[in-house]
Amino acid sequence: MSDFDWLFFTEVLVGGLLSGVMYSLVAIGFVLIYKTSGVLNFAQGALLLFAALTFVSLVERGVPFALALAVTFALMVVIGIAIERTVLRPLTNKPPITLFMATLGLSYVMEGAAQLVWGTQVHALELGIEDLPFDVGGVFISQFDIFAAAVAAGMVALLSVFFRYTRVGLAFRAVADDQFAALAVGLRLPWIWATVWATAGLVALVAGLLWGARLGVQFSLSLVVLKALPVLVLGGFDSILGAIVGGLLIGASEKLAEVYLGDYFGGGIESWFAYVAALAFLLIRPSGLFGQKLVERV
Amino acid sequence: MTILSKFKIAALAAGVALTNALPAAHADEQYFPLQSYRVGPYAAGGTGFFGGFIDYLNLINTRDGGVNGVKLTWSEAETQYEVERGVEAYERLKSNPNVAAWNPLSVGIAYAMIDRITADKVPLITINHGRTDSTDGRVFPYVFPLLLNPYSETSGIVNYIASKEGGPESLKGKKIVVLYHGSPYGKETIPIYELLAEKFGFELQQIEVPHPGNEQQSQWLTIRRAKPDYVVLRGWGVMNPVALKTAAKTGFPVDHIIGNVWSNSEEDVIPAGEAAKGYTAITIQASGTEYPVVKEIVSAVYDKGLGNLEDKNRIGSVYHNLGIVNGILNVEAVRIAQEKFGNRTLTGDEVRWGFEHLELDPARVEALGAKNLFHSINVTWDNHEGNGYVTFQQWDGKKWNVVSDWIAPDWALLRPIIEKSSEAYAEEKGIKLRTAEDAEAATN
Amino acid sequence: MASIATVLPASATLPRWLAPVALLAVAYLFVPFVGTSYLFEAILLPFLALSLAGVGLNLLTGYAGQVSLGSAAFMAVGAFAAYNFNLRVEGLPLVLSIVLAGFSAAAIGIVFGLPSLRLKGFYLAVSTLAAQFFVQWALTKFGWFSNNSASGVIDAPPLAIAGITFESAADRYLFALTIVTVLTFVALRLVASQTGRNFIAVRDNETAARIIGVPVLRTKLLAFAISSFIIGVAGVLWAFAYLRTVEPAGFNLDRSFQVLFIIIIGGLASIRGAFFGAALIVVFPLVLSRLGAFFLGDIFDSGVLDMSQRIVLGGLIILFLVLEPDGLVALWDRNMRRFGSVFGRR
Repeated sequence: MSDFDWLFFTEVLVGGLLSGVMYSLVAIGFVLIYKTSGVLNFAQGALLLFAALTFVSLVERGVPFALALAVTFALMVVIGIAIERTVLRPLTNKPPITLFMATLGLSYVMEGAAQLVWGTQVHALELGIEDLPFDVGGVFISQFDIFAAAVAAGMVALLSVFFRYTRVGLAFRAVADDQFAALAVGLRLPWIWATVWATAGLVALVAGLLWGARLGVQFSLSLVVLKALPVLVLGGFDSILGAIVGGLLIGASEKLAEVYLGDYFGGGIESWFAYVAALAFLLIRPSGLFGQKLVERV
Repeated sequence: MTILSKFKIAALAAGVALTNALPAAHADEQYFPLQSYRVGPYAAGGTGFFGGFIDYLNLINTRDGGVNGVKLTWSEAETQYEVERGVEAYERLKSNPNVAAWNPLSVGIAYAMIDRITADKVPLITINHGRTDSTDGRVFPYVFPLLLNPYSETSGIVNYIASKEGGPESLKGKKIVVLYHGSPYGKETIPIYELLAEKFGFELQQIEVPHPGNEQQSQWLTIRRAKPDYVVLRGWGVMNPVALKTAAKTGFPVDHIIGNVWSNSEEDVIPAGEAAKGYTAITIQASGTEYPVVKEIVSAVYDKGLGNLEDKNRIGSVYHNLGIVNGILNVEAVRIAQEKFGNRTLTGDEVRWGFEHLELDPARVEALGAKNLFHSINVTWDNHEGNGYVTFQQWDGKKWNVVSDWIAPDWALLRPIIEKSSEAYAEEKGIKLRTAEDAEAATN
Repeated sequence: MASIATVLPASATLPRWLAPVALLAVAYLFVPFVGTSYLFEAILLPFLALSLAGVGLNLLTGYAGQVSLGSAAFMAVGAFAAYNFNLRVEGLPLVLSIVLAGFSAAAIGIVFGLPSLRLKGFYLAVSTLAAQFFVQWALTKFGWFSNNSASGVIDAPPLAIAGITFESAADRYLFALTIVTVLTFVALRLVASQTGRNFIAVRDNETAARIIGVPVLRTKLLAFAISSFIIGVAGVLWAFAYLRTVEPAGFNLDRSFQVLFIIIIGGLASIRGAFFGAALIVVFPLVLSRLGAFFLGDIFDSGVLDMSQRIVLGGLIILFLVLEPDGLVALWDRNMRRFGSVFGRR
């Protein structure tokens, strides 16, 4: 291994870590919902598509950037609350798999609605960040990815401040810890759930804009959830920290595997590598990196 | 009970279908069943293609009163590009009378239909894509990959790169990377690129992108390390804009990326924004509205409020023009068959005969108002592709501009490979090779 | 539904086996003679294949409590294995190819069921996605599986058993119906056996099951094996009897979700439920699109209509889960009881 190209290795590693941040962004949306209501919200991808499509359509119709952002955010909050009211609340105490199926139905509704309102055309989304590489000692790093990582870090910081220091945030943590105890001390669960769904809508908006800028805004945007699922398995469904660390691990390892191991398998192994890696890890640690150990049945 | 209740529901549905059947069965109509897709991941392509096809049929009806007095009719069934829905749509639409030809614009649906349309003796058109070995009319009497199949596409792309470099000899020592979608579609041309690499002496590396292709960092880093002269993009859906964006991100020049027929539309480049400027892709039909036939569609169809596209800005887009060319080829096949069988409603087998004599030379193409929209076609009973020419368009950020002459793929080189594959298929399925005499006879 | 109403009240008083036998008699002796090609090709064949897949998944998820999102992968294994056995082993009867295909799917099922020994709930569900993506990748990657067909698509062989060829749509329907009947009968026997009770014990309380002497690990793997066997055979029907030509992409994640929908909507832990669910999943979108086109086709263009249908379909799924969380089977039984009591009082 004397001629091992360390520079190239670093480049792949950095690229992978930055991609991992993008996976984490989607995964965090899942974690928020799962932590409080125990639902694996498959509609997160559809929410993401809806947010990005709404935003980009508004901008294309001449709405100023900031206003479009505000309107979309408001809309996502309304949708989040509406979902809680119409879907989640009537299904309280139903088995998790029923809830999961309901979110699948929800994703049909959201995808259909998004395309019905805004059309099936594809859109480019420019956030005003030039995606040209810059050179750090021979390693090319994407400006856009750095920006995305910064946004993700900012959002996580904001979320942790919110959960640590605000009343709602504390209530959220209480619910996540023990629903019945939270109920017993008089916390109003529906209200907290609505807040959480609204927050998940915000996360979907941020992730939708960043992913939309990378992929273009189109139907396939909702497929990014498939990248987030192994992250959840690895990091634990109920840990934001896990989603971040899991994302970084998955991103880096899948890129390194594709580049260095791909040839032995004939390439294209990224589609399943993340799942198998997460699985192998889970066999050693069944509740993920940071997940809480608890017995759950479906 | 389930079957019983299903039966009742089916009867109900069938009742609805019967009352809803569009063309009433009176004489002198030719019906086109359309398995369209206007919703789902590929809706943008579907609305463009079927929009263009319907617009052309409308033009023939309003301008000429049909083909020699035979009115053209059609109805749509949504498939969302899914095979099962395509099959359901086939079974539903085939009961309508006077079916001329099927045009699903979906590889998967086309495959599932091959046995069915062969039994029903109705032609199946897979313009500019489709199963390569269906080019061999001896084995696939009813399947027509008009103008281009995946192999000739490959040859056309390599010939274009050769012409850019100054002739086939200058390909020697060059390096080409093919970035292909991780699906049977993507892998289909691997052996052809290898064959051509050997023939022309260029270095070749083929890299797979797993479906759906929304992450390509590692592939493009590998490309950057390989430092190829050209990258051929054999993409699909979201893979295309992501490839262009990631190329920009890793510093690969976009004007050295060449796209194939599923990577050549507005939908493939618009999402990539700035990163797509300068990208070049193969096509069999030029974009734009300057062609007489497109202008006529605007004046005779859209200005009368009959246009199929919701967004008039999409008139002349890649898929819309492909739909128009597809309309021309279908209508001309009917017209040619009418010359033999009479100006009346034709059976599917008679329309098949028409397709097998579909010869449109550049002069005829010009007379149809399609000069430079597409080059020419010459389908025969055993060559169902019809030697289509290809051209290349470059994206300038707003529209596609033609940047090459009409280029001929290397048909003679590919024909033996195609025959080998089709003969193997014939043997597996126990199909007897058809002769010219078999092809001449058409049942009515 | 008048005809059903007149047939069914009898089942309240008559022996339990009468209804299924009567149903089978109709399916075998009546439907093949009156059905149209549309009925077979577009409704009954996909219904039979999906029902069988639903029966298979219900054993695993409904009875043994292990959620799987990889059903389509096991269908794919079955389809491609049957194709290859049939192609490569000279003179192997088709039935044997299908059985061997079932065993191949069972073997793959056990491998991807191994995580169930350590994982539960959504962790397990998401892990089964590994099967989904890995199988699809392997079938696409290695040309051998599709006999190096350039397009990766496999064509079904002629369906021939003991010299009889099943070629027309009605024939293929009978072929599928027979396989589905046999396997459904096996599944019904299984759930009434000790193994079936073990499945339920593991689902309801793993620790308790262990205490009363149920071999939990073996039971879980057995559930994966049997379920995958049946789903694999369903894949064969999908490929050979229904579509007649398939590519790996035909067995994607959407198909897995579809099978899961079938058992949830039909009713978990109910063999009948799989048939109810499959009927709904196959027929409902068709009816919706027909009715939509019929009543609103003149007002809206087809794109708007199709997207609205997607919304309605999703909405109705949610509504259904809210109103009838125990599935169509529960709804059916309740109505039957009501009919029965009306009938009894008279």
